[in-house]
Amino acid sequence: MHPFSYSRPTNVENAVQELAGPARAKFIAGGTNLLDLMKVNVEQPNQLIDINRLPLNTIDELDNGGLRLGALVTNADTAYHPLVEQRYPLLSQAILSAASAQLRNMATNGGNLFQRTRCYYFYDTAMPCNKRQSGHSDQSAGVGPAGCGALGGYNRIHAILGTEASDGTVHCIATHPSDMAVALTALDATIHITGPSGDRTLSIGNLHRLPGSEPQFDHTLRPDELVTAIELPPQGFSDHHIYLKLRDRSSYAFALVSVAVGLEMDGDVITDARLALGGVAHKPWRKPEAEQLLIGKTATKDHFQPVAEALLDGAVGYGHNTFKIDLAKRAILRALGLASQKSERAKEQKGE
Amino acid sequence: MQTTLPAPTVESAPAMTRPITLTVNGTPYQLNLAPWTTLLDALREYANLTGTKKGCDHGQCGACTVLVNGKRINACLTLAVMHDDHEITTIEGLATDGALHPVQKAFIDHDAFQCGYCTPGQICSAVGMINEGQVRTVADVRELMSGNLCRCGAYPHIVDAICEVMQLDASK
Amino acid sequence: MSQYIGEPITRVDGHEKVTGQAKYAAEFNVPDLTYGVVVSSTITKGRITLLDTSKALAVNGVIEVFTHENRPRTAWFDISYKDQDSPPGSPFRPLYDNKIKYNGQPVALVVAETFELARFAAMLVHVEYEAEPCDTDLMKHLDTVRNPEPGLMNLMKPLPPKPRGDADKAFAEAPVQQSAQYIHGMQHHNPMEMFASTVEYGKNGFLTIYDKTQGVTNSLLYVTQAFNIPFNQVRVVSPYVGGAFGSGLRPQYQLFLAVMAARELKRSVRVSLTRQQMWSFGHRPATVQNVCLGTQADGTITAIIHEAKAATSQFEDYTEEVVNWTGKLYPTPNGALRYKLKSLDIYTPLDMRAPGGVTGLSAVECAVDELAYKLGMDPLEFRLKNYTERDWTEKDRPFSSKELRACFRQGAERFGWSGRNPEPRSMRKDHNLIGWGMATGIWDAAQVPARAEATLTVNGKLRVRSATADIGTGTYTIMTQIAADTLGMPIDDVVFRLGDTTMPAAPIEGGSWTASTVGSAVKSACDTLAKTLFRMAKRIPKSPFVGVGFDDVLFINGEIRLKRNPSARVSLLEVVNLNGGRAITETGTSIPNLVAHMKYSRNAHAAAFVEVQVDEDFGTVKVTRAISAVAAGRIINPRTARSQIIGGMVWGISHALQEESVMDHRYGRFMNHDLAEYHIPVCADIHEMDVVFVEENDTVVNPLGVKGVGEIGLVAMPAAIANAIFHATGKRIYELPIQLDKVM
Repeated sequence: MHPFSYSRPTNVENAVQELAGPARAKFIAGGTNLLDLMKVNVEQPNQLIDINRLPLNTIDELDNGGLRLGALVTNADTAYHPLVEQRYPLLSQAILSAASAQLRNMATNGGNLFQRTRCYYFYDTAMPCNKRQSGHSDQSAGVGPAGCGALGGYNRIHAILGTEASDGTVHCIATHPSDMAVALTALDATIHITGPSGDRTLSIGNLHRLPGSEPQFDHTLRPDELVTAIELPPQGFSDHHIYLKLRDRSSYAFALVSVAVGLEMDGDVITDARLALGGVAHKPWRKPEAEQLLIGKTATKDHFQPVAEALLDGAVGYGHNTFKIDLAKRAILRALGLASQKSERAKEQKGE
Repeated sequence: MQTTLPAPTVESAPAMTRPITLTVNGTPYQLNLAPWTTLLDALREYANLTGTKKGCDHGQCGACTVLVNGKRINACLTLAVMHDDHEITTIEGLATDGALHPVQKAFIDHDAFQCGYCTPGQICSAVGMINEGQVRTVADVRELMSGNLCRCGAYPHIVDAICEVMQLDASK
Repeated sequence: MSQYIGEPITRVDGHEKVTGQAKYAAEFNVPDLTYGVVVSSTITKGRITLLDTSKALAVNGVIEVFTHENRPRTAWFDISYKDQDSPPGSPFRPLYDNKIKYNGQPVALVVAETFELARFAAMLVHVEYEAEPCDTDLMKHLDTVRNPEPGLMNLMKPLPPKPRGDADKAFAEAPVQQSAQYIHGMQHHNPMEMFASTVEYGKNGFLTIYDKTQGVTNSLLYVTQAFNIPFNQVRVVSPYVGGAFGSGLRPQYQLFLAVMAARELKRSVRVSLTRQQMWSFGHRPATVQNVCLGTQADGTITAIIHEAKAATSQFEDYTEEVVNWTGKLYPTPNGALRYKLKSLDIYTPLDMRAPGGVTGLSAVECAVDELAYKLGMDPLEFRLKNYTERDWTEKDRPFSSKELRACFRQGAERFGWSGRNPEPRSMRKDHNLIGWGMATGIWDAAQVPARAEATLTVNGKLRVRSATADIGTGTYTIMTQIAADTLGMPIDDVVFRLGDTTMPAAPIEGGSWTASTVGSAVKSACDTLAKTLFRMAKRIPKSPFVGVGFDDVLFINGEIRLKRNPSARVSLLEVVNLNGGRAITETGTSIPNLVAHMKYSRNAHAAAFVEVQVDEDFGTVKVTRAISAVAAGRIINPRTARSQIIGGMVWGISHALQEESVMDHRYGRFMNHDLAEYHIPVCADIHEMDVVFVEENDTVVNPLGVKGVGEIGLVAMPAAIANAIFHATGKRIYELPIQLDKVM
C-alpha cells in the first residue's frame, strides 16, 4: 500500500471539490474493495476522502411510490430495511447472496456499484492485464504488463457475453462482480450523481459499460463525480421475483452465473418481465427484446427457452468458462419457473 | 525473454502519523497512527490487542471480525482513522467481570474450535449475528456464519454452540 | 487407573482460545520490534538480472533490504539446510543466488520500523529477470516419469512393495475388469494463521524465536545449522499454532529470513507471510493414477494394478505413500503397485493432511465402487468379500488390530445403508437427485521416539513438559489426561506445557503419531516419577509403606494409598515437604517396540457413508449427511477426537468438491492464490455429520493402545462422495474437485 493523505469532509460539496483537486484522490466509504486492491498495489491513490460522514445514509420513500437508497447506506441496512424487504425483495435477496455478513455491514450501496472485477489477472500485478492500465477511474500509473492474461489462461470466472470490441478484437474478459447491481438492473434503477457541474441521473443500464478496446473504464462516471443515491421505481415485482446465484460453494463466493428475474402475472399469463444476468459480462446483462418474448405468454418451459436463447445469443466461451453458456440458460429456465410462482412473502401477505 | 515490471512511482515521504484515540472494549487507546494503518493492524501491532486475528488481510476469511458500534465487520478492510469516534469491541472485551460471554462458554462446551485461530472472529461474528436479529433457523445460522472460515472444520460444533445460546433446535 | 482417559474432557486450552489470550507466532510483541516483508519472484525459471533496492531504502523508516547480493554468509553444505522432514535432494536456500527455481520464490526481504513501511517499500523494490521457458504441467509429462530417489523419509512413507504374482497377465485374463484414470490437481494447506516468525534479539545475541511450526526442535536444528549458531544461543517457542495440516513440518523461509535479519541488524524482527505467499512453498502434489482391478465372476479380486504419477520440484524428491494402501486393504494373488515422479519447475511438495492416503484412496475406493456395480454387488458386500486380515505389501503379516468389519457394520446401521436401492438416479427430491455412497479408509498407526519430563511442584501439583506441538489436535488436553491418570492426580492439579526447545525433545507433530508418541513419553515420565515418589514416601517417618512394594500401592487423588488398606496413605504434598520443599522431577523416554512392531502392520481404519443432493440442472453438490465409523484403537478423549474426525470429514468434502490451486502453466504461477478464489468449505456447506468410534483393543501399537485420529477421518470421504454422486446421477467423475461443470 502506498502512502496517502486522509480527509473527512462533512458535506457533499466539499467532498466533490476535494476529489477534483490535483491529487490522485479516491473516495472511501466501506473500503472493502478499495483497501483490498491498495494492499495488492492495484490501486494507488495518494489521497483518500472519507465520505462516511456525508448525509447520504437514509432510505426515503418517494412521492411516486418508489424508494431512494442513500449511497452510504450499508448493503446490510438496505437488504434488511422493511420497505426494501416488502417492496423490493429481489434486491434484498441479491444483496444477501453476496459476500459475508461482515462485508455487507461495511459495504455501501454506492461502493458496491464500483467494486472492481475479481479477475485473477487483474488482481495480480505480475500478470498482464489491460484493465489495470491507466484510466480516468483510476488515474494512477499503469501497474504491470499490458495484455489480457485471462485470454488463453485460467478463465473459469470470466465473461461470455459482450467481450468483443467493435472491431471484433477482445481486450478483456473480466466480469462485473456485483450481485446488487444485477438486481438493480432488473429493477431498472436510476443512479443519482453529483459533480462540480451539478447533478444528473443515469439509468443503471448506462452506468456500467462493456470493455470494448478500453477495458480500464468500468463505468461512465466522470472522475470528479459522486453517486449520491439509487432510486428504485415503484414497480418492485414483489409477488414474482427471484435472485438465483450459482457458485462454487454455498456462500461467500462470487457468482459463476446469477439471474435476477421480476415478473408481473395475470393469472398464468406474464404481463411484464425483467431479466438480468450476473457473472457473464463486464456489466449486468439485460436484453429488453428477450423480455418481450415473455409478454402475453404462459409461464411454461417452452416459453422460457427462447428467452434463454435470446439472452445468451452471441455468447462465446474461452475454455474454462465455456460451461457458463449452458449453465446460464439452465439458470434462466429455473429462475423464470421459480419467479412465476408467487413468492412466499407475497403469499403470506395475502393470507394465502 | 526479458520480463520487466515498470518501476512504481516513488512517493515523497510516507504519510505522517497523527494522534488518534480508539475506544476499544470501553478503554481509550491513544495511538500515533498514519492513515494507512488498518483497524486490524492498529489493534494487533499498536494497541497490543492480539486476540483479533489476521487470517488473510483481504476480507476473505473473517478471522479479524470485531464489533464496531455493535456491528460485526472485518477489521482488515477498514482504516483505524475512520473509527476514532466509534465503540470497538474485540474478543478481549466480551467477558464481563471475568465471566465468559455465553457464546464463549458454549464454544468451549461444544469443542467448537481446534487450533483456535479463527475462534475470536467466529465468536465476535456470532455475537454480532445475534445482535442483528435475522436468524430464524439453523440454516440461517449456517448462512450468516459463512463469513468466517474455519480450516480445522469445526463448523458442526460452531453451529451447535450458537444454537445452544440462541435456543434453536440444531437438528432442524 | 483411568479416571480421565476416555473421558470427554473439555479442552484445557479452551479458555485461552475463546478469550483471545492464546498467543501465536506473530503475536509476541517484543520491544523495539522491526518488520520484514518478503518480495516474491514473478517469474518461474531464470535469473535475476537487476535488483534495485534504492527506492525502497530511500523511504524513511526502512532499515535494510536483504537480497542475494548482500545477504550474510550462511552454511555451505546442503546437509546444513536439511530438516526433520526433508526429502532426498538439495533443500531450497532463501536469497542464495540469482537463480529463480519457482514462481513466488523470495527474492528480497525489506525490513522497516513498521509493518506498513515495510509493505510499501517492498513494492518499491525493482527486480528485472531473464526468464527461461518453464515446465510445470504434469499432464504433459506422463510418459517421462521416473522412479523416486529413496531416502530416510521412506521409513515413514515407504515406496511401493515388490510386485506379487503377474498382475498384468491376471488382469488381462480376469472375467470382470475395471480400469480407469483418476486425476487431481495441487492443493495448499492454508491454515488460518499465516506463516510468521518473531525473532527476539536478546542479550549477547541470544535469539528467542516465536515460530509457526509443527515442531520447535526442527526449527531449532535448522536455524543452528544453517547459521552455525550454538544450541545454547537459540530458543524456539511455539505454544499455539493456528493450524498447519503439514505445512509446518518443514521450517519455512520466513524463519530463515527473520533470523538472518535479526542477526545482521542486531534487532528483533518479525516476518509474516501474506496469504498470497502461502502459495509460495509446499503443497499437495498433483497426481495422475491408473487403477486396474480384475475379479472372478463371484467378485474375488485376482489382480490389482495401481500406478501413481506425481510431480516434484527440480531440487528434491518428495514422495507420498499413494498406492500401498490398496494392497493393505485388498488381498490379491497378483498385485503391482507403482509410484513415479516427474521433476518440474515448482516448489517441493509437502505433506498435507493424510498425504498420499487421501490421494490413493480417492482413486481405488471409486474403482472398487465401479467394479461392484459391474458385478452387480452392493459396494459394502464387495468389500466384505475382499476383506483381509493380512497385509501382502508387508510380507503377509497380520494387523496388530483391525476392526474395519465393525466400522462397516456400525456405520451402515447408523446410516441406514441396508435401505439403499442400488439403482442410480433412484432417489430424488424436487430438482435434486439424491445418492448414497460409501468408502473405506486406512491410515498408519505410527510411533516415533520422544521425551517428556514430569515434575511434582512445591505445592503438590503436577507439571509435565515436552517440546511437542498442539496444532489444534488437542495435545494439551490429552497429555493432561494421560498425566493425571498415570499419577492419580485431579486434572485441575495437572498442567501440560509444550512448544519450547528448553523442554525435552519431541518430534514434529504429524502423521497422526503425537498421541501415541508423546503420550507414551508422558506416561513413561509420570511412571518414573511415581516410582521415585513412592521410594521417597517410604522414607517418611512412620511411613505406612515400609516393606511394601510399588505394585501394592495406588496413586489416587493426589495421594499414595495402600491397595489393601486405603486408609494407609501419604499425600504427594508430604513427599515434597520431605524433599525439603523442593520440586521433584523425572524424565521419560518412549521408544517404539520395534521387535513387536516388525511382526504386525499397524493401521487405523474407517468407513465413511455419505448422502449427497445433486441439482440435476446445475450439477451443484451438497453433502447433506455423512457418517464416519472409525477404529483407531483407544480414544483418549472422545470430544477432541470427534472434532478431529469431523475436521477430517470437512477436509474430505473440500477435497472432493472444492479445493484446487490452479496454475497458469504459461507462467508457472498459481492464479487463485487467495481465499476468495481458492475455495474451502464455509459453514453453509456443512450439514449433518456424525462419528462412531468403534471399540478396538490394541496391545501392540504402544503402551496406551492409541492409533491417532488426525488423518483417518479424511481419507475415505472423497471417494464416498464421488460414489454417492454416481448413485445420484449415474455419472462417474474421475477428476477432482467435482465442481458443478463436471456434473451438469
